Amino acid sequence: MSIEIRNVTKRFGSFTAVDYVSLAVDTGSLTALLGPSGSGKSTLLRIVAGLETPDGGEVILSGEDATGLAPQKRNVGFVFQHYAAFKHMTVRDNVAFGLKIRKRPRQQIQARVDELLQLVGLQAFADRYPAQLSGGQRQRMALARALAPEPRVLLLDEPFGALDARVRAELRDWLRRLHEDVHVTTVFVTHDQEEAMELADRVAVLNQGRLEQVGATVELYDEPATEFVMRFVGDAHVLGGTLVRPHDIELRHLQGEGSVEVEVERITVLGADARVDLVDGNGSRLVARLRRDELDELDLERGEILWAQPGRERVFD
Amino acid sequence: MRRHLLRFVALVYLVAILLAPLAMVFWRTFEHGLAPVWAALSDPETLHAFRVTLLVTVIAVPLNTVFGIVAGLAIVRRRFPGKGLLNAFIDLPLALSPVVVGLALFLLYGRNGWFGGLSNHGIQVLFAWPGVVLAVVFVSLPFVAREVIPTLRELGDEQEQAAQTLGASAWQTFRRITLPSIRWAVVYGVVLTTARCLGEYGAVAIVSGRIVGQTETATLRVDDSYQNFDLTGAYAISLVLAVIAVAVLIAMTLTKPKEQSV
Repeated sequence: MSIEIRNVTKRFGSFTAVDYVSLAVDTGSLTALLGPSGSGKSTLLRIVAGLETPDGGEVILSGEDATGLAPQKRNVGFVFQHYAAFKHMTVRDNVAFGLKIRKRPRQQIQARVDELLQLVGLQAFADRYPAQLSGGQRQRMALARALAPEPRVLLLDEPFGALDARVRAELRDWLRRLHEDVHVTTVFVTHDQEEAMELADRVAVLNQGRLEQVGATVELYDEPATEFVMRFVGDAHVLGGTLVRPHDIELRHLQGEGSVEVEVERITVLGADARVDLVDGNGSRLVARLRRDELDELDLERGEILWAQPGRERVFD
Repeated sequence: MRRHLLRFVALVYLVAILLAPLAMVFWRTFEHGLAPVWAALSDPETLHAFRVTLLVTVIAVPLNTVFGIVAGLAIVRRRFPGKGLLNAFIDLPLALSPVVVGLALFLLYGRNGWFGGLSNHGIQVLFAWPGVVLAVVFVSLPFVAREVIPTLRELGDEQEQAAQTLGASAWQTFRRITLPSIRWAVVYGVVLTTARCLGEYGAVAIVSGRIVGQTETATLRVDDSYQNFDLTGAYAISLVLAVIAVAVLIAMTLTKPKEQSV
């Protein structure tokens, strides 16, 4: 099922959380809403779920206008950052909730819940209460609960934000595989560009309530539309007044046109790649990434003075 | 050492302030054996007084339970003009002396009061059970709301939102998610409300007219017996009221699951 967001605006008092955003999400895709905190990404997701009412614009689900539709009528699965587990219910009852509300036959509910518990690997925990589960388990339960009524769209609001790094990486892989199996249209919110790049087919970058750019992850990195995207997605450094990616910094022993004098602070070899930390005349630091053979050719030493030149510079309006 | 001392002080305080008077009532009640106690309690006027108290409690507790939950939900979950005022007004019965409440009702429903005309239509409020109910509802109003509000705040609304996205209507969300989550706050509020209803004296003393065998409640009966030198009767009724209160507290403590502190 597709999602279409048209010119959506949401204000909280004098603060504009979402500023005239339009975005289309294709059926079966896995899309990330990426941005720093306060960029409006969670608000936008909650508007799609019907948990917030937009001040302007439309939300279209499967080609039908859903702007005024109550959340319970949207058939949308929602996963919260802090799990929103029903604490007074067992894992099984949590997962069964949406099905019981829909008054499905008992046997059908049982079969579906078993299937989902299997999918999220919580069969052994079916009769436990959320308080007896770890954070990662709780979030898997929340996912199973959201998926149980077979929603048209799965929406996840910073789903791994409350988990530690190891569990986060584990769940990230798991969600990727789940999406390949289940193929439900999925949108998730994150402030972590690495998470967005790793998981999503497409990433929408938001900043101060505005949509900066939408595209495949490679596109955002290679062809950032704005300075904000350039800085937020991947590393970017200022060299001679322009923004440049670390691997686009060319180092020379001789001064060239537009090159800047830099001092080598540190050289780190990372397998086939190398990282060179530099300091320019103004004392600002930047990092260049080279291949090993390039590094060997340059024959660098710590404290050496070099000339750095942007191999490919970008100028934004 | 200091910890023991602190504990000892707390215990002595508790015994002196709370338990000693209760023990005294207990001892005085049975001073002359069981027979006079039985006689005092089976007195028809005493039985009637208990019935009035029970009737008033049975009406006031459900009313204030529903009000407390609705007001709590409104204050914590909704935004509306006058919300701050509502929140402040809920505490009014705690701040106001029951005697003042009684007097206010007396003025309001008295012959020259705003609602004084009701008695011309055959609705007798003052010196009748409706007046007693009004007084008791007033003084026992805040307890459920005051228990429910902090619990709702702590609970947050994410579980309710999750239920909504899973298709639950407002009523289903309340019934299956909100109410089970605040049930211990509600139970505690009900216990406090009940205790207040059983024990109310000041407001009831004014609006009931203290008509023996008609509007006299158990607490008024205690005073009445005491004034008439029927000390055993006064002690016996007091004891029954105290036993009900303690029994309710114990029942609540026993049924409340240990890990739940709400």
